[in-house]
Amino acid sequence: MIVNGQEQTVAAGMMLLDYLKQAGYNPERIAVEKNGSIVPKNDYDKTVLQQEDTLEVVQFVGGG
Amino acid sequence: MLPTKEAMKESWNGRFPVALYEKLQSSEVAIAGLGGLGSHIAVMLARSSIGKLHLVDFDKVDISNLNRQEYDIRHLGKLKTEALAERLLEINPYLTLCVDTVRVTPENVSSLFARQRIVCEAFDAAEQKAMLINTLLEQCPGTVVVSGNGMAGFGDANAIQTRKAGSRLYLCGDGRTDVQDGTGLMAARVGICAGHQANQVIRLIVQAD
Repeated sequence: MIVNGQEQTVAAGMMLLDYLKQAGYNPERIAVEKNGSIVPKNDYDKTVLQQEDTLEVVQFVGGG
Repeated sequence: MLPTKEAMKESWNGRFPVALYEKLQSSEVAIAGLGGLGSHIAVMLARSSIGKLHLVDFDKVDISNLNRQEYDIRHLGKLKTEALAERLLEINPYLTLCVDTVRVTPENVSSLFARQRIVCEAFDAAEQKAMLINTLLEQCPGTVVVSGNGMAGFGDANAIQTRKAGSRLYLCGDGRTDVQDGTGLMAARVGICAGHQANQVIRLIVQAD
């Protein structure tokens, strides 16, 4: 799997939400695109990751 | 004396093609959040002869805003939407404004922004930024979002960049410095990030068919 341009290995059948938590992301401060499409927040715990997926995880920080 | 619209258009002539002026004149841009980012984006776009701005914020001008936002002491206590509208019309009296004094929530994102092509995300809190961008990308397929993400403190100005993240999202900022880590915001670096966002908006308008 490619995450933010870097090659990563995921366990077969891993859920997106579990991957995000394991990688240390706060689900309330991110946006996730999988294979070019936004993943709705309510689908994080229903989305199964595949080795051939490309993920873009945008992490937001405060200030404006 | 108020300059005529023709005089303002003529002042553009010779610096850029009139066709570009007309493209900007016929464009509308929404700005969500009128703080350090949003107030400066609005001013830059008003100076750039954008035809219509849609300004959205629920808040009032506070003394703590004066260190980086486009307001002055006459605006203290006023709604940001009204204070900024006043300021923008002093710069460009022919600008068309649409103003919504409301807190943006997942429930009203679509009614506020679905008809817009370009939305600037200019909120302060990371959770609000994520909420707006997720909701726009999910529910408003006609929008392109230009977000400000990471501009606290007074670190390297060149760390602030514009990058495309996905088909409908542009991120401006260093992606890293966070006010929640105890770093404050200052006019210069916030202004740089706002400049990135305003420039990306202009690029999107110019490149549009």
